[in-house]
Amino acid sequence: MRRESFRLFSLLLPAGIFFLAFFLLPLTRLFFIGGSGAEGFAAYAAIVTDRNYFASLVSTLGLAMATTVATLIVSGLSGVFLQRRKFPGNGLLVAMLTLPLAFPGVVIGFMVIMLAGRQGLIGDVTQFLTGEKLVFAYSMAGLFMGYVYFSIPRTILTVMAAAEKLDPKLEEAARSLGAPTWRVVLDVIIPGLKPAFISAGAICFATAVGAFGTAFTLATRINVLPMVIYTEFTLQANMAMAAALSFVLGAVTWVVLALARTAAGSSVAAAG
Amino acid sequence: MAERRLLFSLQLGFTLVVCAFLIVPVILSMLAGLTANYLSGVQSGLTLRWVGEVWSGYRETIFLSIGISLCCLAGTLVLGVPAAYVLAKRQSALSRAIEELLVMPVAVPGLATALALIVTYGAAGAFRTSWSFILVGHVLFTLPFMVRSVLAVLSAIDLKTLEEGAASLGAGFAQRFFHIVLPNCRSGILAGSLMVVTLSMGEFNMTWLLHTPLTKTLPVGLADAYASLRLEIGSAYTLVFFLMIVPLLLALQALTRPRPVKFVAEEEQP
Repeated sequence: MRRESFRLFSLLLPAGIFFLAFFLLPLTRLFFIGGSGAEGFAAYAAIVTDRNYFASLVSTLGLAMATTVATLIVSGLSGVFLQRRKFPGNGLLVAMLTLPLAFPGVVIGFMVIMLAGRQGLIGDVTQFLTGEKLVFAYSMAGLFMGYVYFSIPRTILTVMAAAEKLDPKLEEAARSLGAPTWRVVLDVIIPGLKPAFISAGAICFATAVGAFGTAFTLATRINVLPMVIYTEFTLQANMAMAAALSFVLGAVTWVVLALARTAAGSSVAAAG
Repeated sequence: MAERRLLFSLQLGFTLVVCAFLIVPVILSMLAGLTANYLSGVQSGLTLRWVGEVWSGYRETIFLSIGISLCCLAGTLVLGVPAAYVLAKRQSALSRAIEELLVMPVAVPGLATALALIVTYGAAGAFRTSWSFILVGHVLFTLPFMVRSVLAVLSAIDLKTLEEGAASLGAGFAQRFFHIVLPNCRSGILAGSLMVVTLSMGEFNMTWLLHTPLTKTLPVGLADAYASLRLEIGSAYTLVFFLMIVPLLLALQALTRPRPVKFVAEEEQP
């Protein structure tokens, strides 16, 4: 048994050393650098005391919230539908909806430009219809569109997996007792999918709070926290503030995911 | 029944709109990369000129990204598979905690991780300026996906019985690991590998801060092209990226597609 434990320990060791040297140690250092600026550890409070930082925190959280709600509604409707109704072409639709699963943020930004940019499709169509060109890619609305685009494939997969496990007998029972469709959705399907909604929603939220590539592609003027951190780091060379803000950002996303994990009781991790 | 049919049509219509939202821009950008002048439309003619310009200007980024993603795969295999094995063998509170920790780099934004790496190792000249600095970030970010994927398979099989059987026949640890454990979790290793390569190929959040002018990866080149070059070149570059990444994504889809399960009651009712 001793030898067995020793063997397991040494198998885990390489990953452990790598993780310690390149993640835990650097994050600890980041924390102390964050407190090494002119204001000391008060820099960590700046995110709520400084008017500009606080404004971008509020808009970042608002954007993430809007992204989460929109993505859950869209993916909930399509995911349950695709899982329940099998028809020719169903598999193709699922394949198309999950294709952008691992597109990086920069490419998502470019997709938004193709749709809503200066030479985009939406601009062309609105010009044809109303004579006025609608261009919103380079603003908060464009970023919102990009984050929803990014989150749909992942969320649909989660919803479909959960919908597969719903017991159809519950629905049948509700129907046979005379419940109209909307009551079945409200009282049977949505409660059954709640854990999936919580875990997928947390991932949407955390990704929208921490993502950087899409905002970077669309415009550097969009006032969200990751862009503020990037500006502090490169243009202002304010290393301490950038460190403090990014540490707070990391803590926010980590807490959101950890809370969701306890609420949903399953494994949750963000990506992107 | 009429109500059900109407509901079906509405849901199908909605799903088709969502599909169009995701797929139309992909098709548009592929088309734009092959069009002589996007502003005047496809009738201006199809051309490979823009793809050629991408090839001559950004070739290195493509090779570097392939190289880094393969090294990243090797790294996650060496570090991740043994770690997953240990976590599958010991299901205790401690191993749960270790798994939690290992997944953290995915939960924490890439921007924060990259800044942490820079403040800690930024002064290590040769390391900071080489592509291995980017590689470290990518391994950190993709390792959880490999561990999770292998762990899921290992937890689903009866590892203990298999290993005991082999051990009772006299197999040593190395023999058991390479001839029993690895072959049994190859589907997890394969799915994890595809995910790792795909993610490493597209990683931008960290890479943008970790790269130097001499170590530009494909997504970094893309961001460059989007910011400073005409739409057609950005599109052609995106097209090249799609050609590299879409086969990987399709393979991943085929591999991880949930098998159709019929609605059979778990326990028959009396």
